[in-house]
Amino acid sequence: MKIGVYVCHCGGNISDVVDVEKVAEFASRQPDVAVVRSISHMCSESGQRAIIDDIQQYNLDKIVVSACSPQFQGETFKKAVAKAGLNPNMVVMANIREQSAWPHHDEPENATEKAKILTAMAIEDIRKKEPVEKVTLKMGKNVLVIGGGIAGIQASLDLANAGFNVYLVEKKPTIGGHMAQLSRTFPTEDCSSCILSPKMADVAEHPNIHLMTYSEVLEVNGSIGNFNVRILKKPKYVDEDKCTACNKCTEVCPVSVPDEFNLGMTMRKAIYLPSSTAVPHSHVLDEDACLGLKPLACGLCSQVCEADAINYDDMPQYINLKVDTIIVATGFDIFDAHLKPQYGYRKYRNVINALEMERIIVEMAEGHVIRPIGKDIAFIQCVGSRDAQVGNLYCSRICCMYATKLASLLKRMDPSREVYVFYTDLRAFGKGFEEYYRTAQELGVKFIRGRPGELAEDPESKKVVVRVEDTLTRKIIEKKFDLVVLSVGLVPGEGTVKIAEMLKLPRSADGFIKEAHPKFRPVDTPVEGIFVAGCAQGPKDIPDTVAQASAAAARAMSLMNKGEYEMSPIKAFVHEDLCDGCGLCVEACPVDAIKVAGVAEINVAVCKGCGACISSCPRNAIDLRIFSNEEVMAQVDAALRDKKPGEKRIIMFADDMCTYTLADGVGTAKLKYNSNTYIIRVPSSSRVTPEMMVRAFEKGADGIFLGECEAAVSPYPDTLKVIEENVKKAREMLARAGIEEDRIQYSPFVTVMFKKFVALANKMLRMAEKYGDIPEEKRRRLGMEKVIYHE
Amino acid sequence: MSEVIYMGEKNKKLSEKIEELSGEKITLCEQCGICTTSCPMADDMDITPAGIMRYSQIGDERVVDSEAIWICASCFTCTVRCPRGIDLAKVAEALRELNLRKNVDHIDVNHLDEELNELPAIAVVSALRKFTS
Repeated sequence: MKIGVYVCHCGGNISDVVDVEKVAEFASRQPDVAVVRSISHMCSESGQRAIIDDIQQYNLDKIVVSACSPQFQGETFKKAVAKAGLNPNMVVMANIREQSAWPHHDEPENATEKAKILTAMAIEDIRKKEPVEKVTLKMGKNVLVIGGGIAGIQASLDLANAGFNVYLVEKKPTIGGHMAQLSRTFPTEDCSSCILSPKMADVAEHPNIHLMTYSEVLEVNGSIGNFNVRILKKPKYVDEDKCTACNKCTEVCPVSVPDEFNLGMTMRKAIYLPSSTAVPHSHVLDEDACLGLKPLACGLCSQVCEADAINYDDMPQYINLKVDTIIVATGFDIFDAHLKPQYGYRKYRNVINALEMERIIVEMAEGHVIRPIGKDIAFIQCVGSRDAQVGNLYCSRICCMYATKLASLLKRMDPSREVYVFYTDLRAFGKGFEEYYRTAQELGVKFIRGRPGELAEDPESKKVVVRVEDTLTRKIIEKKFDLVVLSVGLVPGEGTVKIAEMLKLPRSADGFIKEAHPKFRPVDTPVEGIFVAGCAQGPKDIPDTVAQASAAAARAMSLMNKGEYEMSPIKAFVHEDLCDGCGLCVEACPVDAIKVAGVAEINVAVCKGCGACISSCPRNAIDLRIFSNEEVMAQVDAALRDKKPGEKRIIMFADDMCTYTLADGVGTAKLKYNSNTYIIRVPSSSRVTPEMMVRAFEKGADGIFLGECEAAVSPYPDTLKVIEENVKKAREMLARAGIEEDRIQYSPFVTVMFKKFVALANKMLRMAEKYGDIPEEKRRRLGMEKVIYHE
Repeated sequence: MSEVIYMGEKNKKLSEKIEELSGEKITLCEQCGICTTSCPMADDMDITPAGIMRYSQIGDERVVDSEAIWICASCFTCTVRCPRGIDLAKVAEALRELNLRKNVDHIDVNHLDEELNELPAIAVVSALRKFTS
């Protein structure tokens, strides 16, 4: 084994504080080290060149770069060693900038000592490292799109046009979603269904799209590249291909029920066309409303159907599919205004919600007056949004603009109308929105800044009394309106909630599906191969929905197009000779990646590499690539080597996503914390077993700290629970050896908790100083302790 | 003529004091006015409930001397309706407390006679509490 060690000056960033020559000299005395250099900028072309040349000239097989954070330049050096013909895993970085030169900038001697130890830790780590093979997965070209609103339609068309095979599942009898119900779109006032229906028709005709309406996803198993999906196709009792939508069946049907498409404001028949632009353009028989099918009670529709499209013997069908990726476009529901009883929705005749207003306007344009709307109309904003009292803290983003649109349309239709919008903050953030707001003001729509507490009904005229503080004049104003429209917010759709649970997709605090990263992976979910688009992810308008749908389609394509998919090589693996197939790891795995067939087997396609399984194994038979017990313990040993009596060293395990990034952030901000803290990077602190903690104390650690992502941002579900359990077991062992239990601490972090990080790091040291060194004898006793597995 | 409020240390201190006594984060108020229209006494107030919150946010001493804080019936309707979850009743109570701490006697409890019938009950309770707490 020949190791090359490269110490970076970082143009003074490191060398102004850390004596890099001393670090280099120290490194040259470490085992297996063949070449040591200190170089001004390691990441520069010439720095990388030096590594490549040395590998070729001196036959180096492993490289350590003592420089900055591996999160910052890790990929650079992986590529460099790969260029020289080494496996990319054959380089390790010691983070002497963010973890030493910067946070300890006012104590250069300690910073230099710490830099030496960090370098030694990296050397010991690389000595244990083995080449790691790429983990790839075969990918087909099949996509399941759940939800046939505008998001699902757009994603399906993009994918189908690119040659992918799309299964589009919609639970209603027609695609189109909410957009098909709207009057016009803001800010351009295009007719909503007119611009949507050509797209709907494209879906129906596209050879690469298998459209399944009136269908529901029942079950999804498997993982990226191999999702097994079970779909229920409900009976329509009308053959889509034969039906000519002549409407004769509807004319003779004797049963009337409220029409969902018009939110129950009009009636439809038991056999009906879901909407005038329905796709597939076919009637459907509502079996719950029909007088009776089995046995047949009426049968009038079949008698008049010339196309012979009606089949009373239609049955539910179950369809099984295998797909490679999934796009969730399950959309939203409008906020149920009943939850704000003080506004009297459905109690006062003249209080409606905004979606009902949309339908009234559409029907009016077609010459049907669903209900009178009168002259004086008020809109009340933020109903069910931005309201702690109903638990929805978020802004629904579209209500300001749809109210502005509806108000403008009403005013245009009849300029003698008085239209008021009662708002708290008017948000016109999108392209053309502010101008549109201005246009509405020019039309004479009155915007009053104030939120009414309650509405009252005039018992005689049935007009609605709105009483509000005009917060700009600080006066209470009161006015009677013919109609009050509640601008209801958006909530996660019932389907969104159901599908999220089925696919194990985490949801954010607002209840919508959580994206893998709010900035850089906005349409990915934390589950590999599943994407989200449209209002399932959060309230948004049509342009944003379409953009997101196209983005999700592109992300799905980028996974499938190569035909294979390269995964992170950090995966759990099993020592088959040690495994007795007890199955404890199966329960410990938060993503169901393990199954037992004689011995435990890891499904690498599902494994996310958190390492939560490791501590569950009583026989040490399960481990993690790149962050194995051996590799991590080698770093612990190096961190505690040559510790002098009275000297304090704290080991901090930092999860890569939050705590390690946070520590880098603290360093970059040059915030000071003690130089006795040695950070070891792990995918998740749940991979640190109780045994490892105890061994660290045996070797001389004065304290152990485990940092982990807060559950809400963590890429792994439920790891905090595992950490809690591991810490409990390790503390038990400490207690049995007579060592203070609280020498082990853990905390969740997000990447911005700078003050908390510094405070906790310093608290660990103060505690270690208070308790003093752990006596030799207690450490020996600890060495004899074994982990006790509960249950 | 419009009035200019020069914001100084005094304003900051008063805001902080109100937050300390009420335990409520008054900067959370977004001035939607739902409290005002929910308030059964708002018509009789010199400063509306939302106004009270605004004056408190900028730390204007006049809120402490307002009549509104004594007209407040402590019915809590504002509290249950506030979309930001602020307990306005606690804020009003804090303001009454600040007013009482000034040690100005608006009502001499020892000489209450025919006034007793006209005074709002809350005023009498508060005046008496000053001597008992």
